Amino acid sequence: MSSKKAELPPPAPAAEDNEEINKENKKSGGITRRSFLERLGAAGVVVSASPLVHATQTTEEKTDPAAVGVPGAVPIVLKVNGEEHRLKLESRVTLLDALRENLQMFGTKKGCDHGQCGACTVHVNGRRLNSCLTFAIMHQGDEITTIEGLAKNGQLHPMQAAFLEHDGFQCGYCTSGQIMSAAALLHEPCGKDDDSVRECMSGNICRCGAYVNIVAAVQSVRRAT
Amino acid sequence: MRTFDYTRADNVDAVLRVNPSPETKFVAGGTTLIDLMKLNVETPSRLVDINPLPLTNIEKTSDGALRIGAMVRNSDLAHDAQVQQQYAVLSQALLSGASPQLRNMATTGGNLLQRTRCYYFRDTAYPCNKRKPGSGCPAIGGFNRIHAILGGSEDCIATNPSDMAVAMMALEATVHIRGATGERSVPLIEFYFVPGSTPNRETVVGPGDLITYVTLPPLPNGARSYYLKRRDRSSYEFALASAAVVAVVQGGRMQHVRVAMGGVGTKPWRSKEAEQALEGRQASDANFRAAADAALRDAKPQRYNGFKVELAKRTLTRALQTLTQNA
Repeated sequence: MSSKKAELPPPAPAAEDNEEINKENKKSGGITRRSFLERLGAAGVVVSASPLVHATQTTEEKTDPAAVGVPGAVPIVLKVNGEEHRLKLESRVTLLDALRENLQMFGTKKGCDHGQCGACTVHVNGRRLNSCLTFAIMHQGDEITTIEGLAKNGQLHPMQAAFLEHDGFQCGYCTSGQIMSAAALLHEPCGKDDDSVRECMSGNICRCGAYVNIVAAVQSVRRAT
Repeated sequence: MRTFDYTRADNVDAVLRVNPSPETKFVAGGTTLIDLMKLNVETPSRLVDINPLPLTNIEKTSDGALRIGAMVRNSDLAHDAQVQQQYAVLSQALLSGASPQLRNMATTGGNLLQRTRCYYFRDTAYPCNKRKPGSGCPAIGGFNRIHAILGGSEDCIATNPSDMAVAMMALEATVHIRGATGERSVPLIEFYFVPGSTPNRETVVGPGDLITYVTLPPLPNGARSYYLKRRDRSSYEFALASAAVVAVVQGGRMQHVRVAMGGVGTKPWRSKEAEQALEGRQASDANFRAAADAALRDAKPQRYNGFKVELAKRTLTRALQTLTQNA
């Protein structure tokens, strides 16, 4: 088994670098489909301006699309992957929804929304938990780590590399939760054998059934460290 | 989900200053509460976040008891060295429950207060005497595979799903509560109510009450304990039947026998019938089986959970066998 560190693939060229798309954008006032969708906040408030109307996308709007004014939204600060984000959210917004809908961090997935599948697993202060069963407002001052924050300085986390090397996924939907769970598992008490890993990973369900390779991936990292 | 006001309490006094109301809930791990809020089964208008409370220690008291803070996370409690060495059944019960992520979130106090998994309770499209007294119980006469065979009534047969509470029942825990009227200590065996005609009342905890600690008395020297859980899947699932057993075995005879069962009762089910059948008796399969029969003698199976009667007996028998092997 090679232990080479895999590097992040080069980023796909930004839409704005594409001449064809740029021509279209100039017609529609600088708005792309993605930037329009980014304006939809978690509480479902849609910006009423026509997409053909020219609108400047300020940095503040980019990180706080709910700023259009949701009744009952309160200002909160979330620290995700080392970066602070100022948001205005209702107290009932779950951490999962805040990450996906308000921060556009789509790596964390919503599988069941009821703590029964583990697809939404993130780290809070280094501990794995289900982000669907906690409110964003409860985590001000906490260090939140998502799948987007595992890689450091362009280097994949060993668990990410292991999942690639051992083909630990098929459709990929449970994968970010599996990797987050496995990465946290490295710092938890867990028996050495495969059955223990199955038990310690039992909070992450895989409908494709990639379990055999997931266990192999997890064990390869545990044995190497 | 209904919107709610959110505040955070830094200390117990701040919590006690909150005006007690059935519309105000404390949120700790949130693993039961937020789940039920998404289903509109729980609809608080106000949430007080008690996560900052300094109730996170597990420590020995001067009289040898173990005092567990209400905010200790289930995973920390399960992996605590004192718990693993002296109260093994508690660690085993905790680790058999939920998932690692949920165990990292769930707290001691919250686990005691978790609510039933009855499908009808969880679906507001159905009537439910627990949610709305007098509206009826669709589980009785409906699909009741996961429901209780002990402690049910004409109004409710919902099973209590906690593993931790079953282990704590066998360990004769005491729950310490602070409320508007001051402090009180309630033995766990008095903490839960059977549904009777008021299935909406599940525990002694009322509005404004805060669980602060759970204490476990010291066990006699040489005491052993064990938890066995049976369910459809091998992990991440509630019990169909489970048994928490404690005993001292000397010269092949059992003393200080404590038995509690899960997955079968409307509350964590302490079985004094089984204990009386075993106290002072030989640790033998015949005696284990007789104790199991005694424990389940008053069982009332429903149409779809009749299998639980025999399953519970075998689970208890097997638990006692494992507990006493190599004695």
